[in-house]
Parts: sequence; structure tokens; C-alpha cells
Amino acid sequence: MSRRQPFSIDWVLLSGLLTLSIISLFLLYSAGDQDMDLLLRQSVRMGLAFAVMFFVASIKPEKLMRWTPWLYGIGLLLLILVLAAGVIGKGAQRWIDLGVIRFQPSEMMKLAVPMMVAWVMVKQPMPARLGTVILGFIVVLVPTVLIIKQPDLGTSLLIAGSGVVVIFLAGMSWRLIMVLAGLAAAAAPLGWYLLHDYQRQRIMTLIDPWSDPLGSGYHTIQSAIAVGSGGLYGKGWLNGSQSQLDFIPERSTDFIFAVFSEEFGFIGSVLLLLVYLFIVGRSLFIAMEAKETYTRLLCGSLAVTFAIYVFVNIGMVTGILPVVGVPLPLISYGGTSMVSLMAGFGILMSAHANRWFMH
Amino acid sequence: MTRRHTRNTVSRTRSKRPLTSPVRHWLTLGVIGSLFVLMAGRALFLQVFNADFLQQRGNAQALRTIDAPAVRGMILDRNGQPLAVSTPVDAVCADPSRLYQSPESWKPLARSLGIKYANLKKRIQKNKDRHFVYLRRQVLPEKAEQVMALDAPGVFLKREYKRYYPMGSVTGHLVGFTNVDEKGLEGIEFAFDDYLRGNPGKDQVVRDASGHIIEHVSNLKRATDGQDLVMTIDSRIQYLAYRELKRAVQEHKAKSASAVVVDVTNGEILAMVNDPVFNPNDRSQLRSSRFRNRSVTDNFEPGSTVKPLTVAAALQHDYVRPDTIIDTDTGRMKLARYTIKDTHDYGNLSVSHVIMKSSNVGAARIALQMEASDLWSLLNGVGFGRLPQSGLPGEAHGSLAHHTNWRKVKQATLGYGYGLSVTALQLAQAYATLANDGVSVPLTIIKRDGAVQGRRVISATVARQVRSMLELAVSDEGTAPQSRIPMYRVAGKTGTARKTEGKGYSTKRYTALFAGMAPVTKPRLAMVVIVNEPSEGKYYGGQVAAPVFANVMTSALRLLNVAPDDVPAGAMWVAANQAEADK
Repeated sequence: MSRRQPFSIDWVLLSGLLTLSIISLFLLYSAGDQDMDLLLRQSVRMGLAFAVMFFVASIKPEKLMRWTPWLYGIGLLLLILVLAAGVIGKGAQRWIDLGVIRFQPSEMMKLAVPMMVAWVMVKQPMPARLGTVILGFIVVLVPTVLIIKQPDLGTSLLIAGSGVVVIFLAGMSWRLIMVLAGLAAAAAPLGWYLLHDYQRQRIMTLIDPWSDPLGSGYHTIQSAIAVGSGGLYGKGWLNGSQSQLDFIPERSTDFIFAVFSEEFGFIGSVLLLLVYLFIVGRSLFIAMEAKETYTRLLCGSLAVTFAIYVFVNIGMVTGILPVVGVPLPLISYGGTSMVSLMAGFGILMSAHANRWFMH
Repeated sequence: MTRRHTRNTVSRTRSKRPLTSPVRHWLTLGVIGSLFVLMAGRALFLQVFNADFLQQRGNAQALRTIDAPAVRGMILDRNGQPLAVSTPVDAVCADPSRLYQSPESWKPLARSLGIKYANLKKRIQKNKDRHFVYLRRQVLPEKAEQVMALDAPGVFLKREYKRYYPMGSVTGHLVGFTNVDEKGLEGIEFAFDDYLRGNPGKDQVVRDASGHIIEHVSNLKRATDGQDLVMTIDSRIQYLAYRELKRAVQEHKAKSASAVVVDVTNGEILAMVNDPVFNPNDRSQLRSSRFRNRSVTDNFEPGSTVKPLTVAAALQHDYVRPDTIIDTDTGRMKLARYTIKDTHDYGNLSVSHVIMKSSNVGAARIALQMEASDLWSLLNGVGFGRLPQSGLPGEAHGSLAHHTNWRKVKQATLGYGYGLSVTALQLAQAYATLANDGVSVPLTIIKRDGAVQGRRVISATVARQVRSMLELAVSDEGTAPQSRIPMYRVAGKTGTARKTEGKGYSTKRYTALFAGMAPVTKPRLAMVVIVNEPSEGKYYGGQVAAPVFANVMTSALRLLNVAPDDVPAGAMWVAANQAEADK
């Protein structure tokens, strides 16, 4: 009856991911001063990430579900460890050095949190009742606080978001949503007070970047200039003068979209957004196709989280959102976030391949 | 077992409520979709509606117009020896707003620039809202390379030129110097600034965020380099004069001194030196008391050196002949309430002997025999009271009152060189005129293209007669036998002028003078030596100034291949034998 595939690959999703990888390599060649070494390193990471994805895709959803509490528990433990090491080392600490690779527990939590929330939810009848919702929030809150302590506000918010999406999809009542939204609005001034100075500055900068064009407004202005000077058609590959002349900070990592849109213009930007939208859409479709609550919730959360990553990064580069250190998924240089993202797509693929598994 | 349990769990949840609502998924998709529309909308806003403005902003920070430096012309001596050259150096500049953001680079930067860290830090912090500051100028290119190797953000180089003076203090007063922007401030550098400077051009360049020039886009205006300037100076003679004058100043503990050598045939100044000196390559020495070109700026009373001109005027207008006897009385002459004195009682002297013995009374008598206008027009004719216009900046014209304002006493004292003031250059011009058979050729410090027309001031006969008298003056019975040199006959006149002090004249402070020419038969060079306030006992012009003249002339005439006119018979015989042997 079950139509499990031995090697669960979703070709539609894969085509989208490969498209992004190719765009990434071309863009890094331009943004990284045509450094072949950098390109090679990123290719190796991509290969690794794809391998992780295929591996995760081959794991059946029920197995994932069974491992969920363990994964979450280990994740929490590592977060505490990192925090303790940070306290001892008197500095921000996000890494665990395993000698061969450096490992960031918060990356692991990007998957473990939505998984755990979904795990908690499915234990209870749908739609989730208040008690379940509260339990879900606790599952979300503990790692979020630990990551804020690191301190890494951006990541913690994204992780919290991925958990909350699961709760939302699980059917938390609209009344409760209204109440929480109201509470959040009321608490906003308090949040402002809790922010660090530099974080407040970033938000102020967003409102008026030209007030301090060389200081806090520099990133925002420079990336706006780069994006805007791309115009409709762009300046062409390798010809983005603003990015090539070093005006764009972090142009291989967080601000790579500025390079892309300067070189490929508005048309390129829209096409890239469509590729992302295609991947998000396919992921949501997989979630809706899933006949199992756990995979449904988890896949929905993964799709939304991916979309939020894209929005936070592009929003930051184009000046809709304040500057936060979030890379453009699957395009920015760097390996850590890519591995967790691809593992997520592995879960989606597995879910799709096994969507009938209880029928 | 476990697996079954899991399945049970899953199926149990399903059985109660089969699935979560698809509505929420669609809702989610809708929210995501609108976020993407927002992003696309923002891209549209930036890339389509604001593209022009942002492109302009981008170009404004990347495209810059910079000065393309023009190379300042060289200053050369008459033989092509460089006296001032511009060597390419770099100015290390910074965009402090960028450098401010990486304080870790300040320390190595200060070290490699050779400036104090504290100073650098202060400069950066003070200018952190600005975009340009010089960190250090005129850095040698190799050193600038080392600074750039640090890769400090916002640090970049600007090509500029440093003026270098190979002869240093030897030509310091003449050539002058420029400021750090190569603008001439003194000397020839100042006077001929426009000629030397050239015009900087404009280049449009693309600069990256650190200020490095990535690409030259276009040349908006071509730079035209300055032109080279050839001076009349002969650096060999200049050096000789420099050395001899310095030696005299040291020997006689003088306050200051000047010497000028002129080619009498064309008015070209071959050497002009002063003491104290300064080295234009060392900016710490730049004090006006040192870099004043005293030869053209400082006036003094020429004293006895004027007597030959008085005699020339009298001969010119037939008041006397060389052998006319002048009664110098007892060496004293009363005139109104003044007494003119001689050092000895010479009794009756011929005009020639008045010069030879340098009799004040004699010169005064001769002066008084003349119409005032005759004396005035000669003195004025040889250049007194007028700017020499040699091309050097800061020339003084001295003072020579017009003859209509002369009283008897004035006319008498003018006859032996008091009551007027001249510069060393003016005196050199006067003696050059005597040497050039009475034709005054305008002096110049810059090499002229063609010959220049002279102006006859004294008849050739009179000029020769005066020269003979001046030759007597350097004879053993004259006042300056120390000015004589081997192989060449010289002629000249000493002067030992008392310096003015308050309303009268000092009895202790003198100006020792010598003005002369050589070779007498066919003069080529005229030279004036002035030593101010010698304080080691000797103060007569013949003792202090004449030896400088002799030492410079000895070598200068040979350097210029001037034919000797005083070859002893023995030397002739040796030379002839040598020629025979060579055959």
C-alpha cells in the first residue's frame, strides 16, 4: 500500500535548489573578486549540504518523529554548553569546535524546535487547545532565550518564528492569536527598552539612513545605491561597479543580493524572487499534500521559515528591514546555515516521498 | 515494538481529527506571497523609479575628478648643471571617516609613516566626519609602498613632487625655494614661478571605497609641464666664490658678506653669494635673516669704490687729465662745518695717484670742480639709484639724490662715496661698465637668447685711463696688492666704509669692500666683494675683501679659458720648450 521510494528525491524541489546553487556560484565568482579558491570551498560545502539533504530524505518521517525529543534535548544541552563556555571565555560564543568542523548548536535548533513543537502538538487532538498551545510556547521559548543570551537576536527570532508557525498551523484559536497580538503590541515599548543601543540605532537608521550616511546608515545606503544603480536590466555579470569597488560591505555573505541586483537589474531580482517563491510554494504544497499531522506541521513550518529567511535578508538589503546578520539562503557564502536548510529540504523530500505512509 | 507504538500514536491523532485545516496553509501561502510582492515592489521602487538618482549617487562616490600634476621645470646653470629639480614623491592621504572605523590599523600606520601614534589618533578622531586629510606629505615612493602594503582602509596615495636643490646652500639665495605645494616663495623659484610651474590637468578616475584609484576614465584636461629655466650662473665659479667668501667671514669674524661676479661682455651674472647661508633642502633653516639675498637687497655706502667713477666723470667732461695735479693740502679739507680727512698727508697728487692712494680730499676736490649734473649723470648712468632688473626678486635701487638737490658738501662727499647707497649688484654693474670700455650692458641672471644692446656711458678712452689708475691701486704702492693674481693683470679699488651709526658714522664698525676686474688688457670679469663688520682686527678692504677677489679670480679666469695677459718671460720660455718637446 505504501509508495515509499528507496531514494526519496523530489525532482521539482531539487531543480529549484540546483538553480539557486548555480546562481550562487556565478554570483560568488563576481562578488569574491573572481577567487577560484573561494568558489571551490563553497562548492565543497554545497556538495556536503546536498549529501546531508539526500541522507535526511532517506530517513522515514516516523523515525524523525521518534528522534525528535532526543534531537531537541541534545540541542538544548549544547546551547547551555556553549553559553557556559562563553561565560568562561568572557565573550560571545556560538560555536562548538569539534576539531574537524565547527558546529553551531543554534543551527541544529532551527530544525529541532519546529520538530519538537510539532511533536508536542500531535500528541494532542487537533485543533490545538490552550494547554497544548502553552506547552508549544514553552518548547519554543526555552531555546529562544538561550540563543538570545549568546547573543544572537536574529537567529533566536527566526527560530521562535519557526516554532510559532507550527502552533499556528496546528490550529491555535483566532481569539488567542488576537490576544497575543494585542499583548505583543502592548509590550513593544518594553522591547524597545530592552534592545541594545546598536540595535535601536539600526532601526532608527532604517527610518532615515541619510541622517548618518557614513556611520550607521552606511550599509543601508550603499546597498540601496547598488541595488538601485542596477536599474531595469542591470550592469551585467562582473560589472557591478558599486559592489566591485568595495562600497558594499559583506558582499559575499549578507549583502550578496545587492551584488546580484546591481548586476542583473530589476528583471534579475524578480526572476530570483520567483525561484525562491517556487521553492517555498513547492514546500507548502508538500506540506498540504502530507496526510500526516506531524509532517504537515513540520513541512509547513520549514516552508515558512525558508520564506522568512529570504524576506529578512532581501528586506535588509533593500532597506525594508533593519540590518541583521542573516545570509541569503543558499546563495550567500558560508556553510553552516546551508547545511541546516538543506537538511530541512531533506525532511520535505522524505515527507513527500512518504506522504501516503499511513494510508 | 517502538515502531508499532509510534504508528499507534500517529493513527490515534488522525482518527480523532484527521488533519489540520488547509485554510491555514493557504493563508500562510497568501502572507508569504504578499511578502514577495512587497520585496518585488521595493525592487521596483529602487531599480526602476529611483534608479537614476541612485546611479548618480553611486557615480558621485566612485567617479572623482583629480588633479593631474604638472611637473615643475628644472632650474639649470649655464652649463646645464641642475640647480633645482622636482623628484616624484607621494603624499600619503586618508579618508578619515573610513580610517576611523579600524583603529587597529592606526598603530602600524603611524610606525610606518614615522609619525607619533598619539598625533595620528588625534588627527583621525578630529576629522572623522571628513573625507580627506594628508597623513604625511613628500614621502619617498619606496616608503609609500610600504605604507600601502599595510592595506589600512581609506589610506591612499597622491602623486606629488618634491623640489630638490643639488647645490644646496651654495645657490640657496639665488634659486630660492618653493613651499610644499611647489609654489615658489623666494629667489628665482618665486620670480619665475609662472614660467616654471606649468598647468595641472584634470583626470576623471574611478575610485573604490578605500580611495584607491582603480581606473582612469578620461583625461579632462591635459597637464602641461613647466619649462626649464637656464640661469647665467656658472656653478663652478659660484662654488669658488661661496667657499672663499665663507672663509673670509670666518677668518675675520664678519657679520655678513656678499660677492658678485659678472661677465662684463654680456652682463651675465656668473656668481652671486652671500653669508650667512641657508640650505633650501632643509626647511627647518628657513629664516628670513638667512635667506635674504643680500647682494641685491642690502644697501651700503660704497665709500672709496666710487672714486674711480668720480674721476671718470671728471675725465669724461675734460675737467682734469690723468696727470693733472690735485693739491690734497695737508690731508684735511674744511667745508662748512665738515672736515674731510685723509689717512696720510699726500701733498700734491696727480689724478691717477688720487685713485692709487685713495685720497678722500683729492676725490672731493675733483668732485667739486664739476657741474653737479656731470657727476650725477655718470653715477646714474652706471646704474646707481636705479633697479638693475637682473631678474632676481627683491632688488633695491639704493639711493642717489638728484643733482638739483645737492649742496656743496653733498657733492664733495659723493666724490668719495658717502651720501649715497648702492647694492653689491649695482656696484658690480658700475665696475663692469668700466671694464667693458664704458659700455653698460644690462645685467641678467637668466640666460638671454640673443645679444643685448649695451649703452655707452663712458668713452672708451676714459674707461681705459681709469682702468690704468685702478691697476696702480693694486700695485705694491696702492691700497690692495693682495688682490693681484699670477698670470693675469688685475685692476680694482678698495673701500673701507664706516658704517652709519645713529646720526653719524661709527669709529669701530666698517664695511670692507673691493671692486675689481681682470684681465686688464681685455677685461672679462668684474667682481665685487663686501664684508660687513669684520671684527678680528683687520678691517681694510685691501686686507679683508681683496684676497677673496684674488682667490676667486685666479680660478675663475682659468675655468673660463681666458687668455693670460701677464705671462712672465720664464714661463713663456718653459711653455715654448714644452711645445717643442711635444713635437
